[in-house]
Amino acid sequence: MAEAAIRLEQAGYRRSALVEWLTTVDHKKIGILYYWTSIVYLLLAGFLALLMRIQLAQPDMHFLGPKTYNEVMTMHGTMMIFAVAMPLNAAFFNIAVPLMIGARDVAFPRLNAFSYWSFLFGSLLMWSSFLFGHAPDAGWFGYANLSSSRLYSAGPGLDFWDLGLQVLGISSIAGALNFFVTIVNMRAPGMSLMRMPVYVWMVLITAILILLAFPSLTVGLFMIMFDRYFNTNFFNPLHGGDPVIWQHLFWIFGHPEVYILVLPPMGIISEVLPTFSRKPLFGAPFVIFAGIAIAFLSFFVWAHHMFTVGLGPVPNALFAASTMLIGIPTGVKVFNWLATMWGGSLDFKTPMKFASAAVWMLMMGGVTGVMHATVPLDYQQQDSYFVVAHFHYVIFGVIVSGLLAGTYYWFPKMYGRLLDERLGTWHFWLTFIGTNLTFFPMHFVGLDGMPRRYFTYSAETGWGTWNLVITIGAFILGLAQVLLLINVVKTMRQPATAPADPWDGRTLEWTIPSPPPAYNFAVIPTVRGRDAYWIEKYGDGHHVPAATDTTQRREVHEPRHDNPGHGPLPPGVHLPKPSWWPLIVSAGLTAMAAGMIMHGTETLGPLGFPIVGLGAFVVFFGLLGWHFEPAIEHEEAHVA
Amino acid sequence: MSHATGHTLPAGEHTVTGISHNRLLMWTFLASDCMFFGSLIWVYFAYRGRYFEGPYPREVLDIPYTSVSAAVLLLSSFAIVMALTALERADMRGFRGWLLGTILLGALFLGGQYYEFTTFYHEGLTLTSNLFGTTFFVLTGFHGTHVFIGIVWLLVQWLLSLFGKLTPAHVERFFVTTLYWHFVDIVWIIIFMLVYLMPY
Repeated sequence: MAEAAIRLEQAGYRRSALVEWLTTVDHKKIGILYYWTSIVYLLLAGFLALLMRIQLAQPDMHFLGPKTYNEVMTMHGTMMIFAVAMPLNAAFFNIAVPLMIGARDVAFPRLNAFSYWSFLFGSLLMWSSFLFGHAPDAGWFGYANLSSSRLYSAGPGLDFWDLGLQVLGISSIAGALNFFVTIVNMRAPGMSLMRMPVYVWMVLITAILILLAFPSLTVGLFMIMFDRYFNTNFFNPLHGGDPVIWQHLFWIFGHPEVYILVLPPMGIISEVLPTFSRKPLFGAPFVIFAGIAIAFLSFFVWAHHMFTVGLGPVPNALFAASTMLIGIPTGVKVFNWLATMWGGSLDFKTPMKFASAAVWMLMMGGVTGVMHATVPLDYQQQDSYFVVAHFHYVIFGVIVSGLLAGTYYWFPKMYGRLLDERLGTWHFWLTFIGTNLTFFPMHFVGLDGMPRRYFTYSAETGWGTWNLVITIGAFILGLAQVLLLINVVKTMRQPATAPADPWDGRTLEWTIPSPPPAYNFAVIPTVRGRDAYWIEKYGDGHHVPAATDTTQRREVHEPRHDNPGHGPLPPGVHLPKPSWWPLIVSAGLTAMAAGMIMHGTETLGPLGFPIVGLGAFVVFFGLLGWHFEPAIEHEEAHVA
Repeated sequence: MSHATGHTLPAGEHTVTGISHNRLLMWTFLASDCMFFGSLIWVYFAYRGRYFEGPYPREVLDIPYTSVSAAVLLLSSFAIVMALTALERADMRGFRGWLLGTILLGALFLGGQYYEFTTFYHEGLTLTSNLFGTTFFVLTGFHGTHVFIGIVWLLVQWLLSLFGKLTPAHVERFFVTTLYWHFVDIVWIIIFMLVYLMPY
């Protein structure tokens, strides 16, 4: 198939748009694929949240039964973490990182495509559990032995969860390997590590976290798989097994995972605030080292999720102390962001609105985080809505807000168009109001003892009023996201006229046209400082030009390409060749997981292992084909 | 001719560090794999001694037998270094010979593991007999899977060289394979010491 496509291409035929997207290895297109897949999942998993909110709007509701509620709750959490927040981050890794470091692509373009397809297939596999009437229902952290024993979780629901997560884990590890090598090896001349944009730093740290944290989850998931399929007793106390082992493995992964999710949006905030304050990031090295400190400490705090397990006072005290330590580098970041805005000439465009709101909501989520770190307080708050309020402030307030800031900020680099400011402003305010209206009252009902994960509550608890407020807030929040879609549709109907540098940006992605040509940089830039482009435009003096003062701005734009990506390649530029193999290998891998799920069912059981074998066969020959295919496209074969 | 300890980049590749993308990828992957085996070994130790019924480790583990198979795997690391230096000297006959030797030693180790597993099985130690069986088979089984993948990878490269598709120009790519192979070897040394040699 691949050969045929290339021969057609050489004969002068343009590949159909579908084939182009299926075989693309261009980081910009893969970023767009990641972006829209995650946005669709954001809406789907958000829809699940609204279902839960309807059920909880009033006491003793019968909208969702307990079984359905558990499934909806589990899928909401699992998909938001693994199929929304992580891949939405990966979308911006793809869209921004190669451009920000002055590279023409990532180090392994086909591995990049493989990461995307494995994410897509793995997440579809997990979503498909709804079609079979057995969605996972053990919560997003799937505590053993509820998750590991077929006695307690009959049906294939937890198999979907276990094996779907394995596929998503492989996708994440492949992506992390790729971006680690790309950032370490492919920076433009002059871009030393300390001259790297802070966002790129955060991506680098995140890649390291993924590589070191995910294996622990992989091992835990394998243990659950062995318990469920082969009757081992890893988590069966009757035979000496210990369910707490799962909690350790999960949280050794799970706490770094929080920073895997939040560090890249913190990086986006660290790019957006300086751009719209027209000042360099205050104490950038401190922000970078704070990121490193957070990442390092994140491996030593996992048991603060387990204070009530009964590990004893000494471990609890140690983990309380290490958890509070993380507050220090996080505080450093907040103060440096504030100092960045202090005295700047602030321009509250939509990205700036989202980024500065994220700083405030990080403080909200951070303060309650320090409260949980205090063991006696945590005893009260454990498994209550107070915890739900805390982590939603971080996950929605910081991570999603940061990613929405990134959306408005980098949309011109994705599509050559600027999103509408007026709709953006509405989107921002409704999101901001919705977020706080939803998650702030959860503190109240949480402190009042309302447990998380229960499908209903009785009227005499008195939680009905606040829950109604929460539900109204959630609907505002959900409907606000429709404005983003309307904005995108409206914007995409206009011609692509965004300038290369719409925000008077500071980093290298703004030196090239919007959207960039397939090869990104005709000439690889040379970097003279952290704000590489700003220095080229204004020199590296301390003079801060006002927003309107463009007189001293030196135009260093490359000539705009009328049809970016379709012109002839500059001499010496070789582009990676489109390939079917990443898609094929991902399909094989997912078939292995699907076969394993079938093996656990009664009706399709006999088909299970043959399909696992078939999947392994496809993976093996897919990798062989991958190996034999030349990675670089020759100029004559290039059509774009 | 290039030298494996130097940093040789494939044609057309320029990197900031001077380390090839492939080599950096493998080192990074191995760091991740360390955490994988680290977690497995930690689980083994978390359950060590919590064996409610036999067979117990000291009843089944055969240290002299496994010492020999460990030595076989160690020898394969020697053989793969010889294959690499032969490839650097463009001595394709020597390369194929040593590479085949590596593959055979690896296969001998796997065969030894298969024999060991079946022996244990007949002595009553299974995946489900007790937590020792569970943790032992899963830990050593994942290591065996790594060896198996390595053997397949080496076999493909051996076949490629037979058809002239792997030449001294690909020494960097082969070097990356040797990194993986040495890593799998080192993991076995650690497992052998912790599981077999540590007294109960």
